[in-house]
Amino acid sequence: MGADSDGRGLLGPFLSAGTSSFTDFLAAAAPELLPYAAGAAAAGSSASGAPGQFARELTHGTTIVAAACEGGVVMAGDRRATAGNMIMQRDIDKVFRSDEFSGIGFAGVAGVGFELVRLFQVELEHYEKLEGHALSLEGKANRLASFVRGNIGGAMQGLVAVPLFCGYDEDTGAGRIFSYDVAGGWYEEHRFHAIGSGSVFARGALKKLYTDGMSAADTVLACMQALYDAADDDSATGGPDVTRRLYPVVATITADGFERLADEAAGEYARTVIEGRMAEPDGPLAPLRTAGTGNGAGNVLPPG
Amino acid sequence: MPFYVSPEQSMKDKADYARKAISRIRSGVVIACDAGILFIAPNPSRALRKFSEIYDRIAFAAVGRYNEFEVLRKAGVRYADVTGFQYDRQDVTARGLANYYAQVLGTFFTDSPKPYEVELVVAEVGKTADDDQIYRITFDGSVADERGFVVIGGQADQVAAVLKEQYSDGMTLAGAFTVAIAALGGGQVKGEGEAGGGRSEITAAQLEVALLDRGRAHRAFRRLTGTRLESLLTEAISGKKTEAIAEASTGDESGENGDGAGEAGKPGTPETPGGTK
Repeated sequence: MGADSDGRGLLGPFLSAGTSSFTDFLAAAAPELLPYAAGAAAAGSSASGAPGQFARELTHGTTIVAAACEGGVVMAGDRRATAGNMIMQRDIDKVFRSDEFSGIGFAGVAGVGFELVRLFQVELEHYEKLEGHALSLEGKANRLASFVRGNIGGAMQGLVAVPLFCGYDEDTGAGRIFSYDVAGGWYEEHRFHAIGSGSVFARGALKKLYTDGMSAADTVLACMQALYDAADDDSATGGPDVTRRLYPVVATITADGFERLADEAAGEYARTVIEGRMAEPDGPLAPLRTAGTGNGAGNVLPPG
Repeated sequence: MPFYVSPEQSMKDKADYARKAISRIRSGVVIACDAGILFIAPNPSRALRKFSEIYDRIAFAAVGRYNEFEVLRKAGVRYADVTGFQYDRQDVTARGLANYYAQVLGTFFTDSPKPYEVELVVAEVGKTADDDQIYRITFDGSVADERGFVVIGGQADQVAAVLKEQYSDGMTLAGAFTVAIAALGGGQVKGEGEAGGGRSEITAAQLEVALLDRGRAHRAFRRLTGTRLESLLTEAISGKKTEAIAEASTGDESGENGDGAGEAGKPGTPETPGGTK
C-alpha cells in the first residue's frame, strides 16, 4: 500500500474521498493488487516468445450455458478443466454467485477467469455497501465489460477468459443474459446462450430443446441435455461423472436470488438425461416439421 | 489569546469538547441475542444510517457527526474489502477493524485541532453467541471489548444501567429488542416525554434497527424494517405494559435524571462510562 500525500501513511488511502468502485480505489491506492496490471506486465515481458505458446499449457475452463426461464434464468457449467489434451481437474466450479441477484461463469484460462470473478464479486459488493443500494443490472454488465477489456493485453498473449453474466432484473421480473468478447464488447442475449469450447454443440442442442416461458425445472433439464451434447462432441467438456458423483454446477437466479442446486438435485437431473440417452443416445428428437405447418411439406416432393 | 497551552490542557479541552458533543445525541444500543447481534437506535432519517454492513459477518454502528463517521464507515469497508481481496474472506476480522479505527481516531485526536465527535461499535457475529465480538471505540481511539451489550452516545450510563438489570445471556431476538427499547425509552424520555408513566412513544418510523443474523449465509447483515419491525415493536410495547408498575417507576426516575443531566450545552455533563480510559 503506497504512502499517502497527506502524511497519514497507512491511514490515508482508506480515508480519502473517492468513487464507490473497488477497482478504482485499488488502482489509486494499491495498483499492485489489481490482477490486470500485473497480468498485462507479465504477458508483455514474455512477448518475445511465441505468443500463445505457453498459454496452451495453462488450465482452461470449458463450457457454460445459460437459458432464461419463467421468472428468472438458469446457468450451468460442466466440471472439466483441461490443459491441451490433459484433464487437469474433474470437479472445477465455473459458475459463481456474483451477488444476490446475479451469477457469473467463465470460459478460458482458469487463472484469469477466477481472478476476474473474484474482482467482480468484490466490486459489486463494495459498491452496494458504500452506496447503500446495488448497481442496476446494466451497470453490473457494463462494469464487467471494463474488466474484460482491462485484460486485453493478456488476451493478445493467449491468456483469454470471457465471462457469461446472468441476472434477475428486479424491475421487469425476468432473467437476462449477457455475453462478452475479449475486447470488452457486451451483448445481451435473448432466450439462451453458451460460451466455451463446447458452446457450439450446447447452443445447437438448446436451439432444438428450448421453448419460451419454460419452467425453471424444465430449463435446468434442457441445460443439462445441452451440456451432455457438448461433452458428447467436445473433448474438453466433461459429461456427468456418475462413478465419482460429479455433476454439472447448476444455478437458478430468480426473485429468491441466486441459488446453486445441491449436488444431489443436480445429480437427479443428470440421471434423467443419462437414462434417456440409454434408449436414445443422441437425446430427445425434435419434430422434423413445425407443428401446424407440417402437412404442406409432404406435397413438395412427389410420393415414391 | 494565550501563547502557550500545556499538552494536558489541550488534551483535556479536546476530550471535553468531544465528550460533550457525544453526550448530546441520542443513544444507540448494540445487543447480542440468540439470533445474532441486534442494533437499535432512534433515527428518523431513512437515508442517513447509523448502522451498516462492513463485511460478511461484521457490522458498524456509530453515533455523532454524520460526515465524520461516514468517512470512517467508508474507510472500514475499503479496509475490509482490500484485506479480503488480498488474503481471504476469513482473514477479515472485527478485531483487525477495531484496531484500525483505534489507530485512525487516536491519530486524529492527537494530531488535529478538533477531535472526531463520534463513538463507534464494530461487531462480528460468530457461529455461537460465545464467538460474538463487540468492540466499542471512542473519539480518542481507546478500544473496549464488550460482552453482551453496549450503549453508545447520549446518556449512555443510564441506558446501560437499565440494560445491565434486564439483560441475560441467550435472550431471544424479541427479548433483546424489548429490553433495548425499554432502556432507550428510560434513558431518553427527557426531551419529549415529561408526561409521566414512562410513556416514550417510539414508533417504527423513528427507529433504525438492524441485525447481524447468525444463521444467514454469505452476508449476515440485514435491516429490520416494515412489518417485521412493527411486530417486534408491538410485542415490546405490550410486553412492557404487563410489567407496567415496575416499569413506570423506573421510567419516571430515569426520566428525571435525564432532564437534569441532559441539558446539552451545560458544562460538566456527566461522563459516559468508557468515555475516558
